[in-house]
Amino acid sequence: MAGTMAQILVENLTKTFRVAKRRAGLWGALTGLVHRTYHDIPALAGIDFTIEASELVGYIGPNGAGKSTTVKILSGILVPSAGRCEVNGVTPWKHRLQHVQNIGVVFGQRTQLWWDLPVVESFEVLRAIYRIPAAVFQKNRTRLIELLQLQDLLDIPVRQLSLGQRMRSDLAAALLHGPRLLFLDEPTIGLDAVSKLAVREFIKMLNREDGVTVILTTHDMDDIEALCQRVMVIGRGKIVSDGSLAALRATVSHERRLIVDLVNAQEIVEEPAARIVERRGRRVELAFDPREVSPAHLISRIAAKHAIQDLFVEHPPIERIIADLYAKHGELEV
Amino acid sequence: MGIGEGLKLYWLYVKLSVRAQLQYRAAFLLAALGQFLITGIEFLGVWALFDRFGRLHRWSLPEVAVFYGLVNCTFACADALSRGFDQFGVLYIKTGHFDRLLLRPRSTILQLAGHELALRRIGRFVQGLIVLIWAASVLNVEWSFGRVSLVLFTIFGGACLFFGLIIVQATLAFWTTETLEIMNTLTYGGVESAQYPMAIYHVAFRRFFTFVVPLACVSYFPVVGVLGIADPLGSPRWFQYLAPVFGILFLSACLVLWKWGIKHYTSTGS
Amino acid sequence: MTRFLPYRAVISARYRMLLQYRAAAFAGLVTQCFWGAIRLMIVAAFYAASTQAQPMSLPEVVVYIWLGQAFFGMLPWNIDEEFAQKVRDGSVAYDLLRPVDLYAFWYSHTLAYRTAPTTLRAIPLGLLAILVLPRLGLAEWALGAPPSWVSGVLFGVSLVGAVALSTAITMLSHISLLWTISAAGMDRIMPAVVTVFAGMVIPLPLFPDWVQPCLRLQPFRGLVDVPFRIYSGNIPPAVALLEIISQGVWVGCLVWLGRVLLARGTRKLVIQGG
Repeated sequence: MAGTMAQILVENLTKTFRVAKRRAGLWGALTGLVHRTYHDIPALAGIDFTIEASELVGYIGPNGAGKSTTVKILSGILVPSAGRCEVNGVTPWKHRLQHVQNIGVVFGQRTQLWWDLPVVESFEVLRAIYRIPAAVFQKNRTRLIELLQLQDLLDIPVRQLSLGQRMRSDLAAALLHGPRLLFLDEPTIGLDAVSKLAVREFIKMLNREDGVTVILTTHDMDDIEALCQRVMVIGRGKIVSDGSLAALRATVSHERRLIVDLVNAQEIVEEPAARIVERRGRRVELAFDPREVSPAHLISRIAAKHAIQDLFVEHPPIERIIADLYAKHGELEV
Repeated sequence: MGIGEGLKLYWLYVKLSVRAQLQYRAAFLLAALGQFLITGIEFLGVWALFDRFGRLHRWSLPEVAVFYGLVNCTFACADALSRGFDQFGVLYIKTGHFDRLLLRPRSTILQLAGHELALRRIGRFVQGLIVLIWAASVLNVEWSFGRVSLVLFTIFGGACLFFGLIIVQATLAFWTTETLEIMNTLTYGGVESAQYPMAIYHVAFRRFFTFVVPLACVSYFPVVGVLGIADPLGSPRWFQYLAPVFGILFLSACLVLWKWGIKHYTSTGS
Repeated sequence: MTRFLPYRAVISARYRMLLQYRAAAFAGLVTQCFWGAIRLMIVAAFYAASTQAQPMSLPEVVVYIWLGQAFFGMLPWNIDEEFAQKVRDGSVAYDLLRPVDLYAFWYSHTLAYRTAPTTLRAIPLGLLAILVLPRLGLAEWALGAPPSWVSGVLFGVSLVGAVALSTAITMLSHISLLWTISAAGMDRIMPAVVTVFAGMVIPLPLFPDWVQPCLRLQPFRGLVDVPFRIYSGNIPPAVALLEIISQGVWVGCLVWLGRVLLARGTRKLVIQGG
């Protein structure tokens, strides 16, 4: 029975925040001393999904869409206004101590390690906090240190680590107690290319070999492309898409972008197969449909007419996809 | 998940905190000295007033000094343990770091108590102790087992009381994210007023600090017991020996309030 | 007038920031009342137990205590943590690039820092102590008016002097940060020294007679002791004028000292690259 039950079950999850209105200026501040008004902010408008064990799910959406609200509820530190949620069979906010014993959470922006302590000592404190048996701790610790290349970092205080080193240490810290479920919030933000690759490789391996369920919240589309079989898109408190990334793109548009840096900034670019999105000095951004003209063909056509300093092909940014998603479903600005 | 286990973790926190502070020895000594001075000048005021006026009703300077010394030692103990709480709004709520404490499978009280053992509070403790020892020698106090136990019990009960007040102060941070200094009236204000025998204050004030915040139970009544004098307020000796227990009960009530605060926090988010 | 625009903007911004915290403002008021009440009871108990004449009468001490609660935020006993942070992370260098007189610029900041929190407290507290207490039947604990309008005016002037003095002293603490980045030493000893010698522990005349001559020669008395005793009339108007002049002299000296040290300190910054 345990094998067939979803690890995460979310039903009609709703959350509304009440925020006090702030008034502008000195007079506003004075009157604010006496009387305050509030307005309601709907963060989650009833979302549903299930996640099976060992899935690697990307959870994306624009800022303010409800991503961190969802993650907070799933990790047990926020109570929803309505709806049902079960993780590993328990309701997170009702059984906090039991629930957090079995999950790991990494915030990209904030470390959980003790600022002034060497990394290895932070691990020791976490061992005491999570009550990890000595043998288990030794095994996990040794393995994580090796996988994340932390051998040379262990005696360095966390405040002296580079961002990439800190992120790897935070990943290890979150996994010392062997959780079956890992939440990652912006794990590659601000990292250099080498560190990003290392972190992605680690997450992939963790999910594939150890079967750890991973929920990844990020703005980095490369993270999503490299890691996630499944992508959930949240927009304005609702799940607007749930499936593979390719399927997501395909439902919205096939459009790709070609960005060209010309040698001569004065040249005018005319291309019937593509639409000019933006023109800034020597940089030209073109939108095209790869079903009508292949990227290689388009590039050669432009290169034939202009001297090119640099070029790259990309997908439209995630915000564009979401916006197009709304346009497709006919939803208007609230 | 027993007390013993919690103490083990707390002891680990203490070791780390003490080591970190002693690393910067000069800064620690200066901080302790600063504490010693800023708290010690209070007694300068007490002494100056007695020098000018001679007596305070039935109380002499050495007797008042016992009240003074004991409450300072008591508060210093609570103050040293509670840095995580009295900086709670700034360090944990504003930064969002409290979320991390909730993500760990331990009591938040334990984690916050383990935030730091502020060694510099020893400055207040030392000046309180000096005053207490001086007063005891001038008054020729006979240190029986009962008296010593009462002093220790008073310090313990009093530290519980002040710790409870500081926890209430942190609980308020869940609502305002700005540590309300209104609680300072009860903590620092409490210390200030308990430096003198409660008997000199207005009756409403005394009642508040006996029945609402039982400060008198952890300073005035036990000290009267230690001094072995007849209480101008008429309390019996057995009560004086028992009174510090109310500090412990008060702390329990404050912990209930804290739990309520967490409930509010997890409903409204940060 | 536009010459003063940056200074006015700085002060206004600080006031607006503080007004946001309405609960904190109310809490501050309650705190000060409480402290005032405790000190009043203690001091009243001493006066009640004795029949001798004292250098200050009990009503004068009552005035002193209330004014002390209202204006204690003005004492130069702490430094602006924002400022310390600026020095620590080096962004103080931006201030050197501004087209303003650096001492005056920092003085305005410090002035706002010293006075804004107090203004929010002094006014409600003053109103409470002057108007509300008598209505509650506690007239003898209320803050009475000055004995004459001359005393009142001189109080106002001496208060301005006290503010200027306090800001100048705080400026010295701030400037010292340019040398001792970790702000050790001075800001550990200062609070205790200032509190005693300004007269915030007990009014200076209540200290033993043999120490009075020393107390008259130090600058901190101009912060609290002098203005409050001018208000209550304990310092009569004729003497008050002299006291105000001595306040001014101290302000002048400390401002001059501050400017000299600041010039040295910034030169050091520029040479060392901050």
